[in-house]
Amino acid sequence: MKKFLISLILALCSSVVMAAGGGETLEQSGADLNDKASLQRGAKLFVNYCMGCHSLKYMRYSRVASDLDLSEEEVQRWLNFTGAKFGEPMLAAMKPEDATKWVGALAPDLSLTARVKLGGPDWIYTYLKSFYVDPARPLGWNNKLFPNASMPNPLWELQGIQVAEMGKDANGQPIVTHLQMSSPGTLSAEEYDRVARDLSNFLEYAAEPAALKRQAIGAYVVLFLAFLTFMAWMLKTEYWRDVH
Amino acid sequence: MNGFVSRQIDNAYSWVNERAPGATAWWNRHAGQYYAPKNFNFWYYFGSLAMLVFVNQILTGIWLTMNYKPTAAEAFDSVEYIMRDVEWGWLIRYMHSTGASMFFVVVYLHMFRGLIYGSYKKPRELIWTLGVVIFLVLMAEAFLGYVLPWGQMSYWGAQVITSLFGAIPVIGDPLVEFIRGDYLISDATLNRFFALHVIALPFVLAGLIYMHLMALHEVGSNNPDGVEIKKVKGPDGNPKDGIRFHPYYTVKDLFGASFFIMIAAFIIFFGPTMGGWFLEHDNFTAANPLVTPAHIKPVWYFTPYYAMLRAVPDKLLGVIIMGAATLIFFALPWLDRSEVKSIRYRGPITKVMITLFVLAFLVLGWLGTRSGAEAWEKPLAFWLTVYYFAFFFTMPIWSKIDKTKKVPDRVTYEH
Amino acid sequence: MAEQGVDKGRRRFLTVSTAIVGGVGGVFAAVPFVKSWTPSAKAQMAGAPVLADISKLEMNQRLTTQWRGKPIWIIKRPQEALDALKSLNDRLRDPDSANLEQQPAYAQNAYRSIRPEILVLEGVCTHLGCAPMHYPQMVPQGFDAEWKGGFYCPCHQSRFDSAGRVYQGVPAPTNLRVPPYHFLSDDLIEIGVNPPEQGAAA
Repeated sequence: MKKFLISLILALCSSVVMAAGGGETLEQSGADLNDKASLQRGAKLFVNYCMGCHSLKYMRYSRVASDLDLSEEEVQRWLNFTGAKFGEPMLAAMKPEDATKWVGALAPDLSLTARVKLGGPDWIYTYLKSFYVDPARPLGWNNKLFPNASMPNPLWELQGIQVAEMGKDANGQPIVTHLQMSSPGTLSAEEYDRVARDLSNFLEYAAEPAALKRQAIGAYVVLFLAFLTFMAWMLKTEYWRDVH
Repeated sequence: MNGFVSRQIDNAYSWVNERAPGATAWWNRHAGQYYAPKNFNFWYYFGSLAMLVFVNQILTGIWLTMNYKPTAAEAFDSVEYIMRDVEWGWLIRYMHSTGASMFFVVVYLHMFRGLIYGSYKKPRELIWTLGVVIFLVLMAEAFLGYVLPWGQMSYWGAQVITSLFGAIPVIGDPLVEFIRGDYLISDATLNRFFALHVIALPFVLAGLIYMHLMALHEVGSNNPDGVEIKKVKGPDGNPKDGIRFHPYYTVKDLFGASFFIMIAAFIIFFGPTMGGWFLEHDNFTAANPLVTPAHIKPVWYFTPYYAMLRAVPDKLLGVIIMGAATLIFFALPWLDRSEVKSIRYRGPITKVMITLFVLAFLVLGWLGTRSGAEAWEKPLAFWLTVYYFAFFFTMPIWSKIDKTKKVPDRVTYEH
Repeated sequence: MAEQGVDKGRRRFLTVSTAIVGGVGGVFAAVPFVKSWTPSAKAQMAGAPVLADISKLEMNQRLTTQWRGKPIWIIKRPQEALDALKSLNDRLRDPDSANLEQQPAYAQNAYRSIRPEILVLEGVCTHLGCAPMHYPQMVPQGFDAEWKGGFYCPCHQSRFDSAGRVYQGVPAPTNLRVPPYHFLSDDLIEIGVNPPEQGAAA
């Protein structure tokens, strides 16, 4: 019986492990929702560099304020450039019809991107570091992680301009093997990594603002239930003296 | 003061008791004087846990309907509204979504228990049959609920599952249209799925669960030894190997429930998506009838059957196989010809067959989560499906010829 | 089933203490369900303060706006209406606005307003929630021969004077409610926020 169980559990574990593999390798973003300063910087970066085109339609300014320890005045002055009310969602400045005209496609809402993409913040982090110049693309930019992405690198002034070294894959098709910095931006590589990390972190928060509270109270809930379980076990043992 | 309060409570209690029709008799029949075998082990927690999850689903489900909007235009947004704008809405939603997966964890383990200890064998065929009906309705309920968030996987899952009915000859296509209420999965489909998910099927489930329990209490519980405790009675007329359900199993199940809630809470608070197993990545994108996600797969609890569907290269046959794989559980009580109920007293053939069956089920489940693009996947799924059915169809033979050990007269303890 | 060795006290203690711990857990578990009924972030957003421009408001005219789903009336009252208020005191239920629920402290005065001529009121009858009608003219009415201007509720005939104070002998129990408001400038009123020196919103 015991062996039977163990073999079952082993089979289950191995199937889970095998199912988890696969996909493009992502860089570790090191995003940390408990790092409020990083989230604040990420929010600032987002409204400055992303919100021209991308909305966070499920994210209210007021929620950002209360979650990131910012006052109403700070949010309205530093994060809100569209004249939206404090309780309104963070909608992009660009109108949808303009987006189609200028970039060729509607910039997607980024509220849930960190939940949609496998790897979450790590995907965003890698994506932000994977832009390179590609004259074949309409806007002159391509992305190693997300080939033929329609957006240009919004952070190129900070990061600098990367070019791709091309190689061939197993089938002889051209692929990007490596990205090379051709002209550096205003930030060093480490500083740019921090920018990408802060943005990834903020977008992870925006995808699930409840995560802050969830993780904060989770330990207490589980500890309480552990205590209740202990009490119930004592009670059960006491009654079962009659039986054993 | 203390005496006064407890006297008042006692008075109120007997006041109700004297007037409520059959309350005391009901309590005694199902708890106070219900004698259950005293050798229940780990596997016997999952019945009461299934009940607990059912209550959780009803309760959190009612609360979700308070803010959910069953329209194609608003459904996805309303779920995010619950997740963000409604106070504690996220917790209620995660309790419901985690509960859905935990329901299947618990029910699969509960069924496994029945399988290894022969709980489906005479005189418990009806309990098992009702249980299989519960399982089928639960799958329907889970599927309908999965459509409601109206994400990409909801939409395309509904597309694929309803299309299965199109495999039926002659009436297939009109039937699919009838189920959808439109030419595609649409607002009309979502709206009726909502009605079925929150009203119709929960009623059916509640009724079935009640019948399942009543049928159980009629003949009494099986146990890990497969011994009928009613055969050996003490001078008081009660089974010598039985103990009253209350308080012994109420406190034991309380412990089990508490432990289970702790595990569930850990998932809810620290990993509600379970890395995409309980809540899938693609379902955080709103439904889009024009773009199919690159990789469509059902939630984990359906994947074994999904793998069987894909293993068969014919549309109609695939659907039949998938349906038969669930319906064949009904036949189990009549396929098993062994004299002995519990695996403890059965021979090596039974043990091997059941182990392989569980492994086949798990590997099929794993295959069902994969894209199916690799060449080796299809033959593997095919042969596992063959084994799955062979397990049942050859059962009358191997269960009969397998060696058995002498079943004791009284229950034992495995320590 | 050896009942003799049972420690009844221990058993009772464990039963009661487990029940208490479980009960506490049950209460905690109920909190999210109860709290989810409170106004959501969306409802709070919709209930945010509103602005009203009164630069074009004429004498005896009523401007209606909405705050938290309730009609808010802004009315400019002539001097003779203000003068008449005092004469009505002994016909009223609460002439001095003693009921603090019905207006902020800064509107607990003879005119029930910050600026005497500008009245800000919630247009909700305190009886059963109908919207009273505005009868500003000081002429005899069918429902009151000595009418000095004010509000008349068509649902159950409650009457209020031109400061929203309730008459005696009508079903409405209290004066019409004055919402929190303040003047951002001479012509701009913000409803839903107390004057800065009075603290934050209601």
